[in-house]
Amino acid sequence: MSRLDDGAGKMIGAEALMRALRKEGTRQVFGLPGGANLPMYDELYKSDIRHILVRHEQSAAHMADGFGRVSRKPGVCFATSGPGATNVLTGIATAQADSAPMVAVTGQVPVSMIGRDAFQESDIIGMANPVVKYAFQPRSAAEIPGAVRKGFYIAETGRPGPVLLDIPKDVQQNEAEMEFPDEFKIRGYHPWTDPDIASVEKALGMILSSQRPIILAGGGTIISMAFSELQAVAEALMMPVVTTFKGKGSFPENHPLSLGPIGMHGHAEANRLMTEADCVLAVGTRFSDRSVGTFEEFEKRLKIIHMDVDPAEIGKNQRTSVAVVGDVRASLRVMVKMLASRAARGDGGEWLGHVREVKRYWKENLKIHPGEMSAARILRKLRSALPPEAVVTTEVGQHQMWASLFYDVIQPGTFFSSTGLGTMGWGFPAAIGAKVARPGVPVVDIAGDGSFNMTENSLATSVLEDIPVIVFLVNNFTLGMVAQWQRTFYDRRMIGVDQKHCPDYVKLARSYGAQGLRAQSLDELGAAVKEALSSEVATVIDIPIDPEEDVLPFVAPGTPLKDMILPS
Amino acid sequence: MAESGGSGGQWAILSILVENRPGILFKVTHLFRSRNFNIDSISVGVTEDPDVSRMTITTYGDERQVAQVVKQLDKMIDTIEVRHLDEHKTVYRELVLFKIRLGSAKDSMEINKLAGAYGAKVHDARKDSIMVELAAAPDQVRAFEELAAPFGITETARTGIAALQRSGS
Ligand SMILES: Cc1ncc(C[n+]2csc(CCOP(=O)(O)OP(=O)(O)O)c2C)c(N)n1
Repeated sequence: MSRLDDGAGKMIGAEALMRALRKEGTRQVFGLPGGANLPMYDELYKSDIRHILVRHEQSAAHMADGFGRVSRKPGVCFATSGPGATNVLTGIATAQADSAPMVAVTGQVPVSMIGRDAFQESDIIGMANPVVKYAFQPRSAAEIPGAVRKGFYIAETGRPGPVLLDIPKDVQQNEAEMEFPDEFKIRGYHPWTDPDIASVEKALGMILSSQRPIILAGGGTIISMAFSELQAVAEALMMPVVTTFKGKGSFPENHPLSLGPIGMHGHAEANRLMTEADCVLAVGTRFSDRSVGTFEEFEKRLKIIHMDVDPAEIGKNQRTSVAVVGDVRASLRVMVKMLASRAARGDGGEWLGHVREVKRYWKENLKIHPGEMSAARILRKLRSALPPEAVVTTEVGQHQMWASLFYDVIQPGTFFSSTGLGTMGWGFPAAIGAKVARPGVPVVDIAGDGSFNMTENSLATSVLEDIPVIVFLVNNFTLGMVAQWQRTFYDRRMIGVDQKHCPDYVKLARSYGAQGLRAQSLDELGAAVKEALSSEVATVIDIPIDPEEDVLPFVAPGTPLKDMILPS
Repeated sequence: MAESGGSGGQWAILSILVENRPGILFKVTHLFRSRNFNIDSISVGVTEDPDVSRMTITTYGDERQVAQVVKQLDKMIDTIEVRHLDEHKTVYRELVLFKIRLGSAKDSMEINKLAGAYGAKVHDARKDSIMVELAAAPDQVRAFEELAAPFGITETARTGIAALQRSGS
């Protein structure tokens, strides 16, 4: 670390970049080199920042994203100009859709070549603008330290998001007198607002005067780590808690007040009780269509209290009765304090009795798919085999929704998924990023075969960089979610969904030097997870299931939550 | 401003202070597109602070939509201030150049008279056409346009509306 001590001086842009990253606490970058970022890589070589080589830049972005969601510090990824940069775009858009902190650094052709359709030039700033929180293109080397400082600040404050730094090659190479200022000013950015005490007071009054209050916890609850505050409010007011899919696991799912996620594939009891409530305390959610279906149906009589850090979310998708703008953890903390000085609400009365009854009913009466290796059974098996602190990521498809339905999150903040963009291939590289952030706990990607195909070459990264994660491959040999829609809405005209048993995932894993296991019974599955947990390398557990199993309950798009399609 | 852009909506004039840097105009207009909003008129120019530009944008929407676009603009890191201007407390001006056809010497006289009445300047007077420069409030511009239309307006160029709220409001 001789070169990278703090302090100003004359150096080239690429060295200033490493120094500035180091100052932000960056210990590793995920990336892949090319012509336009070679100066950066040369300085990376000289620095003590670890490089984690990927086999596709999209995975570098997902790894940085997974790292960021778990550590709440921006993950950093590197890519070259042109195709390297466009390859990270999907990863950037995924992070933006789920408000994940990330700093993506791309190389660019030299300033003098910009705009001339040079080799491997792409206007990545123009392409990325709609899907980043902010983008910088320093035009002189001396701008780099400031851009990094501001970039990290923007990425991790307020509603987090991805920031792009696009650095022309000559700007990386040019020498300048560098300063690394801690202080800076961005005139148009004020991410923190103090908790709005008057609105919290009003919200509390509204809850206390309602008959059937419910909490709807969204992803913002997880981002702000408002776990204990959420639990304190729920317990003091004896309010049942539903979550959005992104908010899954913001509240322990084994808690008596927990009803689980609502939405298109929400828990039956959650969807049912959500439609019966008369007052909802919505915390850090944007009322996405996937969560609330057609909400107008009952929103008229529903009083909606909306807490969010992003003022632009208030009223975007939903009319509100009371808006509480500010960091949701701070707002909930104010509510907890107010509650401490009041008499408790008691046992929750009739409403809570009804809630318990509905919950019990669905526990006893929800039919699950027959067969030993049904989704419900394998996911419950996984839950019982993992410690509460294990981190789970998912891919996108039926397995993701089964994870939502049947994998209970016990320790808040241990479940992550691409919920906003729904990016197949996110879960595995994100799991690798998560493992880097939390090396001491098991990290499991609950995967579908189709999604795993998209980024399975990250097995090389996992094995060679010694970042062992577990791929829990729910293998139905099809693009199952699409197949389910074709069965349900297109009269079984199946097209483009059959994966035809290709590849063999056990052999695939082994060819990368990872462990490949196949589990065809619950006993084998239990043993496989146990083996994976003690393995020194990544393990892929291939779990063949019935290709015809549907995800149920199902709220069809454009219909209200109460019109759930249930298993027959 | 055009007459109306739909039902249940209203015209809104937004005054936006932004960082004076390349690419910001693109980002602001992109935001309108991505949020499904139309820009009816736009004027941009640097302010008394050379690092800051003012954009004046006219758009159309119902109250909730306009409030949403204002919030989204506010959220943009490059915007310093976003104001939805109150019609009654604001001075609006638009500069428009009209090229008008002249059928006869009488036409020429009448256009000159009309221009005089609206405080417009006359340029490039020829036998068969004349150019008129009008700087006025949007409703004045509209009235002038209606009166000039029968002569035949062959070309129009507008700057877009510039607006400033009166002091003390
Ligand atoms: C990149 C990308 N392409 C296409 C889709 C559309 N899509 C959603 S789910 C799905 C099927 C996923 O298949 P698989 O990963 O095997 O999971 P399963 O549904 O079978 O559990 C597809 C194609 C998507 N979400 N992301």
